[in-house]
Amino acid sequence: MTAGINAPGRARIPVRSLRTDRWWLPPLITNLGLATFVIYATVRSFMGEWYWVDDYHYLTPFYSPCISESCVPGSAHFGEWIGELPGWIPMGFLALPFLLGFRLTCYYYRKAYYRSVWQSPTACAVAEPHAKYSGETRFPLILQNVHRYFFYVAGIVAVINTYDAIVAFHSPDGGFGMGLGNVILLINVIMLWAYTLSCHSCRHIAGGRLKHFSAHPVRYKLWTFVSKLNVRHMQLAWITLGTLMLTDLYVMLVASGAISDLRFV
Amino acid sequence: MTQVERHTYDVVVIGAGGAGLRAAIEARQRGLRTAVVCKSLFGKAHTVMAEGGVAASMGNVNSNDNWQVHFRDTMRGGKFLNNWRMAELHAREAPDRVWELETYGALFDRTKDGRISQRNFGGHEYPRLAHVGDRTGLELIRTLQQKIVSLQQEDHKETGDYEAKIKVFQECTVTDLLKDGDRIAGAFGYWRESGRFILFEAPAVVLATGGIGKSFKVTSNSWEYTGDGHALALRAGATLINMEFIQFHPTGMVWPPSVKGILVTEGVRGDGGVLRNSDGKRFMFDYIPEVFKDKYADNEEEADRWYTDPDNNRRTPDLLPRDEVARAINSEVKAGRGSPHGGVFLDISSRMPAEEIRRRLPSMHHQFKELADVDITAEPMEVGPTCHYVMGGVEVDPDTAAAKVPGLFAAGEVAGGMHGSNRLGGNSLSDLLVFGRRAGMGAADYVDSLAERPAVAQSDVDAAAEKAVRPFDPQGDGVEENPYTLHSELQQSMNDLVGIIRKADEIRQALEKIEEIKSRVPNIAVEGHRQFNPGWHLAIDLYNMILVSECVAKAALLREESRGGHTRDDHPSMNATWRNKLLVCSTDGTDVSVVEQPQIPMRQELFELFEIGELEKYYTDEELAAHPGRNA
Amino acid sequence: MGYKAQFRVWRGDDESGELRDYVIEVNEGEVVLDIIHRLQATQAPDLAVRWNCKAGKCGSCSAEINGKPRLMCMTRMSTFTEDEVITVTPMRTFPVVRDLVTDVSFNYTKAREVQSFTPPPDLKPGEYRMQQVDVERSQEFRKCIECFLCQNTCHVIRDHEENKEAFSGPRFLMRVAELEMHPLDTADRRDAAQDEHGLGYCNITKCCTEVCPEHIKITDNALIPMKERVAGRRYDPVVWLGNKLFRRSSKKS
Repeated sequence: MTAGINAPGRARIPVRSLRTDRWWLPPLITNLGLATFVIYATVRSFMGEWYWVDDYHYLTPFYSPCISESCVPGSAHFGEWIGELPGWIPMGFLALPFLLGFRLTCYYYRKAYYRSVWQSPTACAVAEPHAKYSGETRFPLILQNVHRYFFYVAGIVAVINTYDAIVAFHSPDGGFGMGLGNVILLINVIMLWAYTLSCHSCRHIAGGRLKHFSAHPVRYKLWTFVSKLNVRHMQLAWITLGTLMLTDLYVMLVASGAISDLRFV
Repeated sequence: MTQVERHTYDVVVIGAGGAGLRAAIEARQRGLRTAVVCKSLFGKAHTVMAEGGVAASMGNVNSNDNWQVHFRDTMRGGKFLNNWRMAELHAREAPDRVWELETYGALFDRTKDGRISQRNFGGHEYPRLAHVGDRTGLELIRTLQQKIVSLQQEDHKETGDYEAKIKVFQECTVTDLLKDGDRIAGAFGYWRESGRFILFEAPAVVLATGGIGKSFKVTSNSWEYTGDGHALALRAGATLINMEFIQFHPTGMVWPPSVKGILVTEGVRGDGGVLRNSDGKRFMFDYIPEVFKDKYADNEEEADRWYTDPDNNRRTPDLLPRDEVARAINSEVKAGRGSPHGGVFLDISSRMPAEEIRRRLPSMHHQFKELADVDITAEPMEVGPTCHYVMGGVEVDPDTAAAKVPGLFAAGEVAGGMHGSNRLGGNSLSDLLVFGRRAGMGAADYVDSLAERPAVAQSDVDAAAEKAVRPFDPQGDGVEENPYTLHSELQQSMNDLVGIIRKADEIRQALEKIEEIKSRVPNIAVEGHRQFNPGWHLAIDLYNMILVSECVAKAALLREESRGGHTRDDHPSMNATWRNKLLVCSTDGTDVSVVEQPQIPMRQELFELFEIGELEKYYTDEELAAHPGRNA
Repeated sequence: MGYKAQFRVWRGDDESGELRDYVIEVNEGEVVLDIIHRLQATQAPDLAVRWNCKAGKCGSCSAEINGKPRLMCMTRMSTFTEDEVITVTPMRTFPVVRDLVTDVSFNYTKAREVQSFTPPPDLKPGEYRMQQVDVERSQEFRKCIECFLCQNTCHVIRDHEENKEAFSGPRFLMRVAELEMHPLDTADRRDAAQDEHGLGYCNITKCCTEVCPEHIKITDNALIPMKERVAGRRYDPVVWLGNKLFRRSSKKS
């Protein structure tokens, strides 16, 4: 065990923690939750099919924006900017690294994986299994400070996802159409916005950086709004992992023909 | 010879609450080497418990307010027994002391135009209390603490040592003041942690030790409030005045035992909470005194209408002055109509929706939820009177805070006179600041004026050390007394016999009990060693509590009238001939004596601030002869 | 109503110690501190414990109850079952003095290292004007009762004694944030936060917020905003470029 709680002078208590509750449970659940998403997202990103429903213009967020000649016809909303991609490059390669970066450097996810994956600390007042600790003072973890850039890009991606969700109100005959897939895409995009805007960097940029709110009433309102969302940042982080997987799963099932979309209009 | 750690300072401040820290800041700013000695950790003093605010007539909310109005309110509140010069200085200087806190970094709640917001409070004519929500005391202590740190940073820049000019000795108890002839020469004490002795050689000592509440069983005061400063002053030859005046707050929690005595803010009643007895009756309607008949409603319907329409209805008797309400609760309990745990019910749950209660009384809701597991939105609170504040204290010179003994100064609750027979809410925090500063100045002037420094005699140090360790070596030939037992017997006796309602024969019983306890003191025995030994600490504090309790009881027996914080069942009304008399307590080392002393008459221009009609309620005819209202 | 509870209380000093078992009476409505006091008055008169207001306002009676950092006066016995063994130990991040009392001087040392409030030099007392919306953020942090439970639970120093030198802990990083957000403070505290107080050590795992008896959102409202401000000054090329191009001073609006 670490030198911390056994350091000279401190009360000699030869156990890692005296907590009697199941403190190991939350990090375990976090690990399982994160692992589920990572495995699912990896598999789907490299799968290279069932990401576009041509009848209804449903595009899974994992492949948006699709900008190569590999994309199936219709799925490249913004044009095919480059040629065929080799199989080991996911078709969503343009946005995926930024989305990954946004979540990796997110203040909530940092807390989650520092605690569960790195066990630093595993739980409050439970000694961590590392001899040394330098936090985010050095490379590579000092790079967590670039979170706000990922936030800017995440904002752009959220706009693209919104566009995807709007153009998906489409029927096979080319007119307006609406099905269960639209509802799912829409909910997903709303949740993505909520998650993105509730980000701590966003809160800082919106107004947190100001010394005098009273001199900037509009930005104070913005900050107040973001602050309210920010309280739910953790919930939104998990909800959006869920909505992303669900949305993708639904598009995959419809695209593969395993199920057919429930149409309203 | 005793092993003693020695320090030399210009000024030693005992107590690190508001008054002590403000005194220390002043002394240090005057260039003196200053030590602050406190029983708790730095920043934990009882000042943190103050909720309401600091009274200062800044006139930010109502521009009609000024120091004269504040002065009048203070004198009225104290029933004209106050030291008028202290009340004057206090009213004049409070605004500057509050503004000064802002320069130290305090963040009070604001008005719309960005100034310090001020709130209404009992007895204050205008909104006057600068506040931060309901944690003003915490803001005050933290601000002063941080100012001391900032002074230490200045010293560090200059000398490389943070503690070159001002040092805090925390968790250190002073047990005796030492003198050279008739002058103060130092202070002797011990480190609570190690039990090792410590000696401060200093020509000036400022007492800022707070109150005496721990002599009573039910109190809102913390363990530190054992009357140390009162007792140190007495033993050093200084005098105490007004010790019979003790403020009992009508609504303290009574259940569960863990929180007995903790305050329930007046705001509960202000917002619509009502007092009921075990029959569910709103008993306060039976206790409206004759003088208040025209100001308070005599039926529930009118009282309830008052909350929304105060102009056309009389206010509810639940909001009578603190002493009236406390006495009424006491009577109900004695008559067998109390709540299961010896209080009465304070009910707000049946008076307004749960949501409203949570919005208007968040801290009370939180306090009962966290401490008592009582949901005040669903069930009534049980409340009863609790010992809250001692108006009496060391007799001091108003301008310099100097006690009778040269080199000894006192400020804050430990000083007497300022509040007369009853203190107004909010006047305590301002008192700390105004007289804390003055004590610091007084001490600095005194030290500067000295031709030579007094010296501490080794024999005095040895005697103080011997006295401190006596509980380890009891004198009782096998009879051993537990300090916890003695303490609880003293508390019970003071609470029952010299508490909120007093009678001559009961006070005599209390004095007999005190004599008995005194005779058992030499038998006190504590186990273990001197390192952080709470039993030993209590034994030492007990000496002080016994001494101070005797002063309280003797003064209470002598004053044959009821006024402010002193209620005699056998002399239930106020008597103008007593207004002018102060009861002064002193000791010759073994016996405590209390004698009468006339109050100095008020300066004419201050006297004329009052209407003759008002003064007639308090003054004798002869005293009023000089008032222009009489001559007209 | 009353019952006998099983307590395990750590007794010892800086050299040795042990968890000692006690069986002690518990009555309705009591908190852990009441039981410790009863232990003192009946079975262990020399049991050292630090306390003061007993109402959750002074922050003196910090300890660890069943391994969790808590105020003893704010931990009701009704939160435990009657057959539960309740373990009480001193805080494990600070050197122990005796029994439940620890040496918290680390915190006072760190407090002294934070540059004090620095008002505009020409502003006179009585002339301070601040808007309520501008003081509210700092007011939240000034609710702090300095119980040091956040310092105690923070793994940066709890598990790594050697970090005590470089890291001020949540309480004093929050103090830096408080002054940084004070509407009339003129000092720029961002570099100091990073270089002198070790903000970079914080990995925002929020244990400080979890244990705060005043429910101050230390991480979300003080530490992360402070990290963002530092990022704005030190790690933001856009801000850096803007400052270069438009010769803006680094002063904040």
